[in-house]
Amino acid sequence: MKTPEEVIKGADELRWQLPQNLHDRITESIYAEAAAIADRSITRPGSSRRLAWQQKLDRILTNPWSAFPIMVLVLGAILWLTITGANYPSSLLATLLVDKGHALLSGWFTALGSPAWLKGLLVDGMYLATAWVIAVMLPPMAIFFPCFTLLEDFGFLPRVAFNLDRIFQRVGAHGKQALTMAMGLGCNAAGVVATRIIDSPRERLIAILTNNFSLCNGRWPTQILMASIFLGTLAPKGWGTSIAALSVLVVALLGFGFAMLTSWLLARTVLRGEATSFSLELPPYRPPNFWKTLYTSLIDRTIIVLWRAVVFALPAGAAIWLSAHIPVGDQSLAEWFIHATDPFAWMFGLTGVILLAYIVAIPANEIVVPTILMLTVMVTGTGGGQGAGVMFEADNDAVLSILTAGGWTTLTAVCLMLFSLCHNPCSTTLYTIYRETQSAKWTVVSALLPLVMGFALCALVAAVWRWVA
Amino acid sequence: MKPPETHVPGEACQTCPSRYSQLRKLGLNIENSDFVVALAGNPNTGKTTVFNALTGLRMHTGNWPGKTISRAEGAFSYEDKRFKLVDLPGTYSLLSASPDEEVARSFLLFGQPDVTVIVADATCMERNLNLILQVLQITRRAVLCLNLMDEARAHGIDIDIRNLARDLGVPVIPSAARSNEGIPELIREIHTMAVRSDSPAPRRLPLEVPGLRLALDRVEGELQEAFPRLAQPRWVALRLLEGDREIIEAVKSGDIGGLAEPIGASLLRDI
Repeated sequence: MKTPEEVIKGADELRWQLPQNLHDRITESIYAEAAAIADRSITRPGSSRRLAWQQKLDRILTNPWSAFPIMVLVLGAILWLTITGANYPSSLLATLLVDKGHALLSGWFTALGSPAWLKGLLVDGMYLATAWVIAVMLPPMAIFFPCFTLLEDFGFLPRVAFNLDRIFQRVGAHGKQALTMAMGLGCNAAGVVATRIIDSPRERLIAILTNNFSLCNGRWPTQILMASIFLGTLAPKGWGTSIAALSVLVVALLGFGFAMLTSWLLARTVLRGEATSFSLELPPYRPPNFWKTLYTSLIDRTIIVLWRAVVFALPAGAAIWLSAHIPVGDQSLAEWFIHATDPFAWMFGLTGVILLAYIVAIPANEIVVPTILMLTVMVTGTGGGQGAGVMFEADNDAVLSILTAGGWTTLTAVCLMLFSLCHNPCSTTLYTIYRETQSAKWTVVSALLPLVMGFALCALVAAVWRWVA
Repeated sequence: MKPPETHVPGEACQTCPSRYSQLRKLGLNIENSDFVVALAGNPNTGKTTVFNALTGLRMHTGNWPGKTISRAEGAFSYEDKRFKLVDLPGTYSLLSASPDEEVARSFLLFGQPDVTVIVADATCMERNLNLILQVLQITRRAVLCLNLMDEARAHGIDIDIRNLARDLGVPVIPSAARSNEGIPELIREIHTMAVRSDSPAPRRLPLEVPGLRLALDRVEGELQEAFPRLAQPRWVALRLLEGDREIIEAVKSGDIGGLAEPIGASLLRDI
């Protein structure tokens, strides 16, 4: 019976009798064998039209002069398509679910003789929040996700990573961080998990901490709605959609810039070290399987993400309704909080409603806009003339009039867009970060870092805006 | 379990040589499987597409290396046998590994799958053959799935399938998993490989380094004495002779014996 130590000792002794370059010789023999086998069974033509076409495309998509404009254009085009395409179905859904559905349910509850608080909690709170989430989120997601997945299947993503590698290298981060950030555009929790493809723990931590600067699907609708109703309407007639898409694009690119800046700061201070090199295989361009991709991204991504939003919207709706109806002194809990934080929020160009909405929305960014709308209606009492507490009108103009009644200006919308980009990740992402880093410290850092940056940014923008105006 | 009453295979199905109709995609229902089948291969060769085609699941696929980062499991049944299918992250080599590749390497070596399906990219076989040859050193039951044949055809690449199969000593199935081409044949071959009693002889590397064969025999023998249940004594012996620090540590601490535990051992969990 041999002990483990004896086995190792035996192997150590034997190693001295073997050639020194044993590892290389084994690797070489595998390569030689592979080449010989391939030679016997595979014949390839010198060139093919397919290959020539792919190489031509690669020359354009990986040349720095053409690559960056193309990447920005592609993202902008997707955003434009999303905003244009989502407009009509969104208002249709809102009419159906918020306007008609709410009236129908209210009618039933009244007919059944339910107490006012039960109807308020279930219909005005939980149902309305859910209906809003679906109306605001479903159409943009149903367009954005399939577009993104088609690009991914085509082979565009690795080229993006290839192009961005130089920038990442310069700020001391890992080139594959581009891929994880692209995943983060869908969901930051998924992006954080995807950082496993980065070997170096230091660079992986940087990628985890900065993933939040990729706008996730919970935040795209906020951006799109704010840009459409506040910035799009400032533009001359006919240009609204383009201006809205452009402003969302600017916010998304700003997020990329912040990710770079933060990575650079981290790599210069607490996470110092050499940038490691890596090899990235550029896969061939493959024609995407259009209908299958459409089906998969609709069923799997869109519906799953929407389901998650609905699950969080139900309790959030109840919380919103309760906070607006539980009295604290002569005010409701929500009013008390909103009035208490309004002066503080003013410094950042925000409102107390927005701050409360972001606290309610810690579990899921998806419910920020519905929460803001419901709180505004319940607290200010505007609601299309239907009396306090419930909101019936559903199209963009109505949203604009409600928010204006809530004291909103263009500055508020701009600051909300910036704050939506820079604030703490949702609780799912935070939990994922904790699981991946196994460190409470880094989880707290990942929550506070963007939050502090967001407040600083909003304060700066608000101060400059007010000084200019 | 009997198939639902409403589904009566037509005459053409009954006589179809592939008996593809007998495939039942079981999705996530991985209980009571008769065989464990691993999907291995270089990154971005379409392992997850093959996995989805066999199990009916819809795991995310993407045209870039590294999309799959942890193990995914699914199941299918064919001819009354239930198969558990394990989708692994892509890996270039069994000799060195990054964290996501480590998942694949550990499972192939110590998870002891009944059949290993190597998914290869038909458009760049020279590169894929390195991993194929390495995997063939550690398993006796392997099937080579030559995927992306549609692209290879578009590139005008011609592959002599029979010659390749003879050279490697394992069945070779050309496929285009995206359009389900070759999947029925692959299922039949997995089934045949799993139930056959004789073990085929895949190609072994000559390892023509003076003294290596003798040294390997000796270390392998000693390892088997120290760890009777060790799954891949010859591979571990080779790593010891090469001086792989991680493996030396695992042997010293005795953890290497734990690696022989069936699937579910701690090291084989997702990273």
